[in-house]
Amino acid sequence: MSDQGPRIDDLKLQLVWDRLLALVEEQAQTLMRTAFSTVVREAGDLSAGVFDRSGRMLAQAVTGTPGHVNAMAAAVSKFLARYPMETLRPGDVLVTNDPWDGTGHLNDFTVVTPTFMGERCVALFAATSHIADVGGRGFGPEAAELFEEGLRIPIMPLFRAGERDETLFAIISANVRDPAVAEGDLYSLTACNEAGGRRLLATLREFELPDLEAVGAQILARSEQAMRRALQALPDGRWREQMVIDGYDVPLTLHCALTIDHGDLALDFAGSPAPSPYGINVPFPYTEAYASFGVRCLVGGDIPNNAGSLAPISVQAPDGSLLAARAPSAVSARHAIGQMLPDLVIGCMAQVVPGQVPSQGASCIWNPVLRGAGFVINPIFNGGTGARPAADGGKDGLSTTAFPSGVRTTSTEVNEVTAPLVFWRRELAAGTAGDGELRGGYGQVLHVEHRNSEPFTVSRMFDRVDHPAAGRDGGGAGAPGIVAIRSPEAETPLRGKGVDTVPAGSRLILQTPGGGGFGDPGARPQALRQADQASGLEPDQGASDVPSQ
Amino acid sequence: MAHERVRLSVDIGGTFTDLILDDGQQRFADKRLTTHEQPARAVIEGIAALLAQQNLAPAAVDLVLHGTTLATNALIERRGACTALLTTAGHRDVLEMALENRFEQYDIAIDRPQPLVPRVLRVPVRERLAADGEVLLPLETADVVAAIPRLRAAGVTSIAVGYLHAWHSGVHEAQTAELLREHWPEVSLSLSSEVCPEIREYERLSTTCANAYVKPLMNHYLAELERALRALGCAAPVRLMTSGGGLTTLDTARAFPVRLVESGPAGGAMLAAHLARRHQASQVLSFDMGGTTAKLCLLDDGEPLLSRSFEVDRVYRFKKGSGLPVRIPVVEMVEIGAGGGSIARIDQLGRLRVGPESAGSEPGPAAYGRGGVSPTVTDADLLLGRVATTGFVQAGLALDLAAARRAFDSGLAALNTDAAGAAFRLAEVVDENMAAASLAHSGEWGRSLEGRLLVAFGGAAPVHAVRLADKLGIDRVLVPANAGVGSALGFLLAPVRYEVVRSRFEPLADLDGAAVAQLLEEMRGEAEAVVRAADSELVFETQCCAYMRYAGQGFEIAVPVDVAVAGSEAFREQLAAGFARAYRALYGQTIPGAQIELMSWTLTLSEPPLQDDRGDAATAPGPPGPPAEPILLCDADGQQVSAPVLERSALAVGARQAGPALVAEPHTTTFVPSGFAAEVLSDGSLLVSRR
Repeated sequence: MSDQGPRIDDLKLQLVWDRLLALVEEQAQTLMRTAFSTVVREAGDLSAGVFDRSGRMLAQAVTGTPGHVNAMAAAVSKFLARYPMETLRPGDVLVTNDPWDGTGHLNDFTVVTPTFMGERCVALFAATSHIADVGGRGFGPEAAELFEEGLRIPIMPLFRAGERDETLFAIISANVRDPAVAEGDLYSLTACNEAGGRRLLATLREFELPDLEAVGAQILARSEQAMRRALQALPDGRWREQMVIDGYDVPLTLHCALTIDHGDLALDFAGSPAPSPYGINVPFPYTEAYASFGVRCLVGGDIPNNAGSLAPISVQAPDGSLLAARAPSAVSARHAIGQMLPDLVIGCMAQVVPGQVPSQGASCIWNPVLRGAGFVINPIFNGGTGARPAADGGKDGLSTTAFPSGVRTTSTEVNEVTAPLVFWRRELAAGTAGDGELRGGYGQVLHVEHRNSEPFTVSRMFDRVDHPAAGRDGGGAGAPGIVAIRSPEAETPLRGKGVDTVPAGSRLILQTPGGGGFGDPGARPQALRQADQASGLEPDQGASDVPSQ
Repeated sequence: MAHERVRLSVDIGGTFTDLILDDGQQRFADKRLTTHEQPARAVIEGIAALLAQQNLAPAAVDLVLHGTTLATNALIERRGACTALLTTAGHRDVLEMALENRFEQYDIAIDRPQPLVPRVLRVPVRERLAADGEVLLPLETADVVAAIPRLRAAGVTSIAVGYLHAWHSGVHEAQTAELLREHWPEVSLSLSSEVCPEIREYERLSTTCANAYVKPLMNHYLAELERALRALGCAAPVRLMTSGGGLTTLDTARAFPVRLVESGPAGGAMLAAHLARRHQASQVLSFDMGGTTAKLCLLDDGEPLLSRSFEVDRVYRFKKGSGLPVRIPVVEMVEIGAGGGSIARIDQLGRLRVGPESAGSEPGPAAYGRGGVSPTVTDADLLLGRVATTGFVQAGLALDLAAARRAFDSGLAALNTDAAGAAFRLAEVVDENMAAASLAHSGEWGRSLEGRLLVAFGGAAPVHAVRLADKLGIDRVLVPANAGVGSALGFLLAPVRYEVVRSRFEPLADLDGAAVAQLLEEMRGEAEAVVRAADSELVFETQCCAYMRYAGQGFEIAVPVDVAVAGSEAFREQLAAGFARAYRALYGQTIPGAQIELMSWTLTLSEPPLQDDRGDAATAPGPPGPPAEPILLCDADGQQVSAPVLERSALAVGARQAGPALVAEPHTTTFVPSGFAAEVLSDGSLLVSRR
């Protein structure tokens, strides 16, 4: 590690560091409450952070999604490469939604604001959030090329010296379905950065600091040192894992090699599949984000996320492959692949520290787009996470819980108020947890029907329908997900990805995947097994009474 | 007039039961240990002692005001009734599936709190209402009846009934209740359509189950208390403090005991509201710091920030999302794990962390000499000389500063500094934690902290208040007299108040004003029945809020509404304008052209704020004792300075003292650093201002 600049007093360092963490959290909270896209407000699909003058991330809000972890961290230096520090003036605000410069698809807008003390830039604030509509075909994997997916804005000014760029706003307004919302979201991104900047200036004055350079260097050095120490506690070596997932039209085999070398950890996705003709391709920054998250949730999780703690982790994927797709590949539903990556990384880690990392889980969120005459909703449902062994005994997987994403679900009552649908059933799906000394988490089962016996469509980007979450060390696999249409006469299974119509009078059946188990099922304590049976969650016991058709 | 009545105020806390007797002229305080196995005992003994001291007969008492932490503790310690939930078949796991999220991204070992009702006791009942209340599937009464023997055999004593869309229509829940009363008359019942008729099944069912869970216990306790009061000869009505900062009747408290959680902190907020009005402070930040946590609350124009969402039992470092949600009227506060007993440690980055782990009251800080070996906030305060030791000596507690020093030397050796240096860093860090929480909270609610008056109460708050204020850019700190019994004092100043909620979803464009006016009238009837039972003669103020959002948004915001306008031509425009105003206040901007939706309505009947201009000192100032020797203390900048220690009881109104100084009283000490000065105001409050 190398210290830069003058050393500052330990206490002052800690106080300023804590203050930075508090102010980026406030920045994120403000963004979450003011944003318009449901997925931002309810699910926290956002990120916020403060950066030093060279674009290194010093602090990031814990509120937010792992999909942005490293992606936004890397974005700011790209902004500075395009608009160097010396060209920036007070009141400037930059923006992009370029999937390769930002966080992986056109819906994510990243706004970067330099903060000035007098005429000197002392730091930059960046925030990313998901804007519901960017024109094009709308959110989903059906596009063949990026150009169908909506408006693409390269890194450029949103405001210049406090004056908004009317040309850009006019172009955005003319290209999206709901200009007022897009404009509102851009303003809320701008405002949260501004609030962070104001608070930062007050902090610098209070602690009599000219900028964040000295404190920042210390923060990064300490974080990197702590992360390296955590990695050095692991054995050196190289481990490989592969995992087959459903893909869009054909199964995909993902490969990962993990190398630990004296405190450096490298992830290499060599052998990744070729790009998909559908919009599930992953721009590299998004691959990097979820891959690093797979490490960070296991190693040094309580070290704050910043350029220092991320520095020992490097990620590679073959240029032009599915996991480092080139423009203009379609990328709208890149989460469907990206959210599977932590399982791959964790699979490598399972060989590094056996018995201390989770089994595979449902992983990718199930967020169907349900659309019919006069309504469209995009609720989020989750499956089970993998069993969680640990040195001190471990825990079963979590039922119906988002991982690696951190999203929240929406209420059935609210879904039924906003759409003419009836969710006849939505509860834990018995028998879906992978068995083991520690079992996986349970998935959930949903039965959905149009209230007025009209048809509706379901657009899906689900995985683990054909390839369930594997168990580990003798643990069983979780149950695969199920998608089907049930008419009074028959039940027709559907693929995990695609768009289909649920005919009038039929029900859509969804069952999210269960999490994989860990360890020999025979070693599971009888008391736990009996508790699950008494709860009716194991199949030989009484199933829940459900209204029949 | 309130002044001429004899009133008793009682706050049962986890450790102490605080009592105040107000005879209309003066107030007299009593503090004794809570008798956990029979909480009414300490209450009755305290009341008897206070009355005897003032030669008053129990019959002379006109009113008893009461708040208690019993309901909260029962929830946190899972000591409530064996509770079952009857719920819509096909939706048995709403409580367990919760919001399906993780409240901490980087910790794979997190768990959500255990549901209060396990799956075996969640009974699916075939029935179904649509979102508009239409019956899609009639109630299968056989399912209800068939469940009874099984639940009886399982030892169930309390039942929650929560069906989908009961926020809209309680018809099936009412039918179910009728069946249960017929077949199982003695079982305790809580219906979601009555406890919390609000949309979103997880939050409504969680609230209803929490109510059911504490109902038998609270009914038992309240009955016992009433019986004991009557036996003592006190026939006065009893009013209960609720989490929303209002008082309610015994009957309502028995029906909806979940509304009694967090009554202590609500009482503190009422005290702060009262002081804000008295001192014409339009913007206040109240700061309550006890043994385990600190609670901070924003008050504007004499009213605390109110909301309808609260979490009991945040199991993960007090983190939002890690608790059981209850939807009740609450005084909105931020609570963090920073109290006198909070323990310090060094993390893997070499940073000093304080809390949320706490040494609590047992074993307590190392200096208490009761076996505590970890360095705590109170130990730091003592080593820094920021707490006068006289109070401890009076309380018969022998302080062991050497033990405190040892705790720092062994626990924080990695800091490479002496105990005093480590103590200074600890104090700075805990003050910084509280400052950060205040900033995040005010940011979240779109409020500013600048120019606020900080009102500090609770044992540890006056020690830390001025440093906290300094960090927040706040210039004035008020420490009320009797800061140690602040909640009980707040009950005396709280209004009778009751809030009713109804969800009614409609786009603003489709507003049916007449139907809303009728709904509000029904709500007023319900609220009026409650408040009239408390006092049939008072004139109550009506407050009404619409909970509105832009179409598709996930959170609603409260929009104050003039009830008189409901149903009129101007209603829709007023709602639109009110929403724009409230939205702008929170978020700084509105979205032109976006559709607006109405989600819920609340109507509150409230007694106007009490006018009480008396001082808050419970006893007259005692004779000045001999001036204490100056002591050495650690000032705000870390320097050792000599400072006087003043006995608060000996200070006359108008007395001034520049910092550094300590102002000592039985249960706490106010630390006045350099750069600030303290002054005794006419009501006995201590005002510490930046010089």
